[in-house]
Amino acid sequence: MNYKMVGQIIAPIMAVEAVFMLPPFVISLFDRDSRTAVAFLLTIAIIMAVAAVLWLWCRKAQKLFQAREGLVCVALGWIVVSLFGCLPFIFSGQIPNFIDALFEIVSGFSTTGASILQDVESLSRGILYWRSFSHWLGGMGILVFVLAVLPATGRGGYGMHLLRAESPGPEVGKLVPRMKQTAMILYLLYILFTLLNFLFLLFGRMPWFESICTAFGTAGTGGFSIKNNGMAGYSPYLQNVTTIFMILFGVNFNIYYMLMLRHFRSVLKNEELRLYIIVIVCSILFITLNIRGYYASLAETVRHAAFQVSSVITTTGFATTNFDQWPSFSKTVMLFLMFIGACAGSTGGGFKCGRLLLLLKTLRRNIRKVLHPQMVQVVRANGQVIDEKILDGTSSYLAAYVIIFIFSFILVSLDGFSITSNFSAVLACLNNIGPGLEAVGPTQNYASFGVISKLVLIANMLIGRLEIFPILALFSRSTWSHR
Amino acid sequence: MKILIAGDGKVGAALTRQLSAEGYDLMLIDSNKQVLESSQEKFDIMAVCGNCASMEVLLEAGVLDADLLIAATGADEVNLLCCLTAHGINPNIHTIARIRNPEYNKQLYLMRDIFALSFTINPEKQAAVEIERLLKFPGFLKRELFAKGRVELVELEVDAGSKLRDVSLNDLDDVVHCKVLVCAVLRNGNAIIPDGRFVLREGDRVFVTAPTNTLAVLLKNLGIITRKVSSVMLVGGGRISFYLANLLQKSGIAVQIIEKDEERCLELAGLLPSTHVIHGDASNLAILESEGISDRDAIVTLTGMDELNIFISLYGKSCGVPQIITKLGRMDNLDILRSLPIGSIISPKELCCDTIVQYVRAMQNQTGAAISLHSIADGQAEAIEFQVDETTRHRGEPLKHIKLRNNVLIAAISRDSNTEIPNGDSVFDKGDTVIVVTSSKQVIYQLNDIFA
Repeated sequence: MNYKMVGQIIAPIMAVEAVFMLPPFVISLFDRDSRTAVAFLLTIAIIMAVAAVLWLWCRKAQKLFQAREGLVCVALGWIVVSLFGCLPFIFSGQIPNFIDALFEIVSGFSTTGASILQDVESLSRGILYWRSFSHWLGGMGILVFVLAVLPATGRGGYGMHLLRAESPGPEVGKLVPRMKQTAMILYLLYILFTLLNFLFLLFGRMPWFESICTAFGTAGTGGFSIKNNGMAGYSPYLQNVTTIFMILFGVNFNIYYMLMLRHFRSVLKNEELRLYIIVIVCSILFITLNIRGYYASLAETVRHAAFQVSSVITTTGFATTNFDQWPSFSKTVMLFLMFIGACAGSTGGGFKCGRLLLLLKTLRRNIRKVLHPQMVQVVRANGQVIDEKILDGTSSYLAAYVIIFIFSFILVSLDGFSITSNFSAVLACLNNIGPGLEAVGPTQNYASFGVISKLVLIANMLIGRLEIFPILALFSRSTWSHR
Repeated sequence: MKILIAGDGKVGAALTRQLSAEGYDLMLIDSNKQVLESSQEKFDIMAVCGNCASMEVLLEAGVLDADLLIAATGADEVNLLCCLTAHGINPNIHTIARIRNPEYNKQLYLMRDIFALSFTINPEKQAAVEIERLLKFPGFLKRELFAKGRVELVELEVDAGSKLRDVSLNDLDDVVHCKVLVCAVLRNGNAIIPDGRFVLREGDRVFVTAPTNTLAVLLKNLGIITRKVSSVMLVGGGRISFYLANLLQKSGIAVQIIEKDEERCLELAGLLPSTHVIHGDASNLAILESEGISDRDAIVTLTGMDELNIFISLYGKSCGVPQIITKLGRMDNLDILRSLPIGSIISPKELCCDTIVQYVRAMQNQTGAAISLHSIADGQAEAIEFQVDETTRHRGEPLKHIKLRNNVLIAAISRDSNTEIPNGDSVFDKGDTVIVVTSSKQVIYQLNDIFA
């Protein structure tokens, strides 16, 4: 393990976080909210001091950087950013408990949107901004941002290891030969879409501060709301805008890049995108049929069904209605959507449509193989043969996912809530959605869980966002051993 | 600038390392997926797997908006087809093909026109030329030519008996009695661009610039006897041996080639009338002995196996052969190899890579581009030749008033037929050729880049 090289990457991550704390600091100053302003200033000072020490200590690092350094950088980077990111909550006294503050910020960065707050509207605007902004930064990834702004460093291709470890999906590749440019293209697209979303919301007469926070929450597919009743209080126009943008942010960003290059044919033929859209359309259809009569008009029914479906499949977690009160078929569909998640390479979480696709194709291949043992078969996606290594990786991802799910489920059960609550809580955290069913339903929150459960759920959120392996790598002895 | 490299072999990998460090957008094409994966992990590049001569693969690699294609696969014909196809798709692309088959050697210029190649490169021939130059001046480990051959940069080793041992550079003139400049020193694997107070130690490898006509004086004053090489033994009968034997024959040097493949021996014997071709396995030392290795003035090991080359070179050293040149395909463990007495090291791959990098830099910067570029000190430093033109700053100012960047040194100024090893009062002016030595960490694209 090349500790110093890891330090060299974590230091700028911290500096980036400190810089991003300046806007909420300014907002607090503007609101004459001295307590919050001081909290942010203090946090910035602490981060910069620690980052400076780390930077000095790690100045002279060997250049050796391999997959395990990449995994550790990403895992530690996220943990460090979360630990420092929760300090403003504590210093400002608005979430005094450390575990609660950590839960809230991890939920933010991992774009989960699960909250321990009973009364969101009592928070100051600086804190609300920081909470929503953590979604935005966590959505595309902190390291990707660092890769985009930092000067392209020297010889190695270590950016590839970082991108692979942080970006979701079974197969992560660059858009253009240079890592820095790839990261910049991703962030520029991301900023452009967020800005569009913000303007559409503003056009629907949402106040500007709420528009910013909602756009951040939608873009990162996070789901922190700044209202106690979530999105329910907004006009149908605003809800529909959010529905559409949630779906857009759940699409692989490579698709937008291909659209930019006018490769329309390959976009149309993208199987993951097709699956994603089919699942959304079918779910909306089924749920609409199932919940007819619950709402006044068909238009309203479709609106709520569409909003909830896109909110859950993209793992955002906004809500316009309490889907916990829907009939059990609809709730089951929602649980299924929670598991699937968005497309690979999007800002959404979950198991990913792309993985599901590969898994189904592998299954079909293996069944055929039972019938025709001699037959040589390959798995194709988008017309290209998929490497066996990637198929293996997908299967083992599923195995790891299930094992982690079961362990977390058992640990969380100790708190004595109903099985549905616990099951959906773990599912909602591991897939970065936010609201689950019953005790953690859309109108509830996670405040009532005990310390151990909260820690387990915090771990679940990070594991889910970083797609299991970076965090698991931290616990492997061979990660820390000498070469 | 976007560059496609077809063929991720030895040359491809060396080019990738160099060009990606210099900040170009690289796209690699190879049919071997594993090689591409490891390249992608090591360098900041993208890769496409497939046959580089197929249109589909070239299009996928983005040939339409690429500026340069370097075809360096194992087969000349594939390289040619690859360049031809790419040029057909994108007429503005520059193409460089590696052509190594000696049978095509004579038609190279014709082929450049027919296939619209910008440039062809033959690493083996280049290596042969390089070796021949070394053989003309025994005592130097490496020679680099600048300013149309008027300035040389030579590499020397400071051994226990050397007159240079423990000499500070300020006192260098008193020892060598001629105008030379130490522009880089390789000590313990690290390249240093020294100043006047620097003291040479045993084991240092010193890079010296000198006018070509003072080289003989330099060698004499250093106590290295220059005896003209009159007989050379080449071990291994590959392409380099063929080119080299051809060159040496012309200057009347007796050449012996030892090759273990009988058919190749016959072929060589047919091609090289005045060369002794010996059929035998060079790993069997008795053969070397019976062919009189100890009486040769020089031995050049050119087999396809690096280990064997090193071993035979070591044996040659123990037999007391005055000059030894070892060819290496891989330069990975240079630090270890340097500690062995295997004489000069020649790597066709590195030579080829230097030439292409020079071409790329010239493309990048049409005016004021480097005339030639040589990497020295295990690739840790570069010697670059520039022509001073009207855009160059600080013309006519004495060097002592010009502030240069760190780790940059002006090693020679060549004017008309005179070459000056510069001191503080030297000036350069329009039309002069200036040789700059710099550490490889910074990239110098044009002469104005050297000023602070």
